[in-house]
Amino acid sequence: MKYVDEFRDPARVRRVLDALWRETTRPWTVMEICGGQTHTIARFGIEDLVPPALTLVHGPGCPVCVTPLETIEAACRIAALPGVILCAFGDMLRVPGLDGDLLAARARGADVRVVTSPVDAVRLAAATPDREVVFYGVGFETTAPATATAALLARRLGLRNFSLLVAHVRVPPAMEMLLADPENRVQAFLAAGHVCTVEGLRDYPALAARFRVPIVVTGFEPLDLLLGLLAAVRQLSAGRHVVENPYDRVVAPDGNPTARAAVDAVYEVADRPWRGLGVVPRGGLALRSAYADLDARRRFPVDVGAVAEPAACRAADVLRGLIKPVACPEFGRACTPDHPLGAPMVSTEGACAAWFQHRRHREAPR
Amino acid sequence: MSECPLPFSDYDRVVLAHGGGGRVMLRLIEDLFVRAFADPALALAHDGAFLRLAGPVAMTTDAFTVKPLFFPGGDIGRLAVSGTVNDLAMCGARPHALAVSFVLEEGLPLVELERIVASMAATAREVGARIVTGDTKVVERGKGDGVFVTTTGVGEVVAPEAPRPSRVRPGDAILVSGPVGEHGVAVMAARERLEVDLASDAAPVVADVLALFAAGVDVRCLRDPTRGGFASVLNEIARTAGVGARVTETAVPVRPEVADVCELLGLDPLYVACEGRFVAFVAPGDADRALAVLRARGGAPARVGEVVAGPPGVVVLEGPLGGERVLDLLSGEQLPRIC
Repeated sequence: MKYVDEFRDPARVRRVLDALWRETTRPWTVMEICGGQTHTIARFGIEDLVPPALTLVHGPGCPVCVTPLETIEAACRIAALPGVILCAFGDMLRVPGLDGDLLAARARGADVRVVTSPVDAVRLAAATPDREVVFYGVGFETTAPATATAALLARRLGLRNFSLLVAHVRVPPAMEMLLADPENRVQAFLAAGHVCTVEGLRDYPALAARFRVPIVVTGFEPLDLLLGLLAAVRQLSAGRHVVENPYDRVVAPDGNPTARAAVDAVYEVADRPWRGLGVVPRGGLALRSAYADLDARRRFPVDVGAVAEPAACRAADVLRGLIKPVACPEFGRACTPDHPLGAPMVSTEGACAAWFQHRRHREAPR
Repeated sequence: MSECPLPFSDYDRVVLAHGGGGRVMLRLIEDLFVRAFADPALALAHDGAFLRLAGPVAMTTDAFTVKPLFFPGGDIGRLAVSGTVNDLAMCGARPHALAVSFVLEEGLPLVELERIVASMAATAREVGARIVTGDTKVVERGKGDGVFVTTTGVGEVVAPEAPRPSRVRPGDAILVSGPVGEHGVAVMAARERLEVDLASDAAPVVADVLALFAAGVDVRCLRDPTRGGFASVLNEIARTAGVGARVTETAVPVRPEVADVCELLGLDPLYVACEGRFVAFVAPGDADRALAVLRARGGAPARVGEVVAGPPGVVVLEGPLGGERVLDLLSGEQLPRIC
């Protein structure tokens, strides 16, 4: 497939790896932000290929993982209400709430459907006026334009039976929170390419300057990851800390203004809890008051109450890059992809699950 | 049957009476099933069939449900017969006879049932298997997905030593009989109405397997990578046999159309179902001969890896760039990823 094959080409990968080995002369710690990047690193065994002095830390950029338990539980309860059809992206179905996941809710009689676009949920609402269709809007800046478009379309069609359970999060405030942490060990970031496709680069120069940290906009193919790492290492070696964009075949400096306009029309920036990190100031999106009638939490007031994360889980340390997943006492024991205790074990893009699936044969827990 | 449309019913759709034990049901059985499957045992109209089998016998059963019922390259009928005769072949057996059970949903167009039954008869004929007995039930509209088919088969074991996981040992070569993932992707594409030039691989593999035995290949174990695909099958065998496996990712044949659809949907083709392929564990010295036999029969097999001593139950995939990962069992079905 064009734009895929050439970025997995072994000869090109080898050339970039050679440069990376040549130019990594000191130990560096680099965090890839996005779960899609973590997935690529695990899938292609990239940690086996890079110089040992280069430590890759998997960031919090897996939307499935950082969606709070409280929201997941609310989704399960809303799905169970009579007359409701809950539509979601596929990988949200297996995320456990307090009493099982959405697949279990479906088995108990809830109508839960997988869609690949939020607009499909709007179409479903138009086709089933006697049912309440709720779209479970999870994701970063990447998926927010799609759910915003769905909201705009529902409004234009005058649908009264469509609503959004919004759990959108924003990446740059979480990066800021990680960098401001006194325990932070991340020296450079691979920024999430898809997020930048929408948002452009505007949030990053201030972060790079304030925390003196290189930020390299990075894509999702193996060659993209390695080019991102090489750019980061070159900046670190030279003592530079600027925003670079080797993923410019996809990311324009100004992002996608049309997509952003849709997001701005429907959502406003809000403080939001991230699973594993706590409340991130300005770390999420909420429906504007003009769209409050589309808010599933208002339409279906389910009271989940206070929800605590399992105490033994060290997800917060993993998400901040302080420990590798295997260093957690529960990793591979009480906590597995079938029974995740914490956020990063939940989706295959989460740091713990990626580690569990792909690297267990190398580094067994203790 | 096409020259005489719907001879077996005054209805054009399945009604509850088709399972009710009366005249309507009898006509369905006599005019559709008995006629299409054309077997003397069925013609006896008895409660079961009498068979004469020699030597060790293998037996298997499988239930089939698929949406849509008809897809490029096949239908639920072809799937139901292929699945069971292939499971017999995986046991080193030549399929002899099948029993077929239908659960029909009220409202299923009878022309569709007729097509499914004709497809089953044709697929069974391909491998010389008889359909000797069966059953029909009808459920109310909304209580089934059109039709569920269960097939049970028996066959005579022809392999000198029946292939099974306990015969697998370190050093064995791992072969796959052709490109993987085509059935799963074709069905998914049909369901999502994606335009892809791709047909399901649903087909019996019996003749290919029997050819391996005829050529004297020491086949240690066979498994058809249906649900869970190639990756899950390797995991199952590695666990059961208490061995490890190493697989070279680039050696596993995947058609570009399959790779592209999987890329778009965020799926891994190594976990996508095949319905006309098998994975063979063969003695290392016999691998080339096995490949030659399958190629001579028009197949596109590949040697994809080898069995290693350990760690037991772990399948390691060597990636195209030299990195490695564990090819694990999935916790359930693959689900499309968010981004």
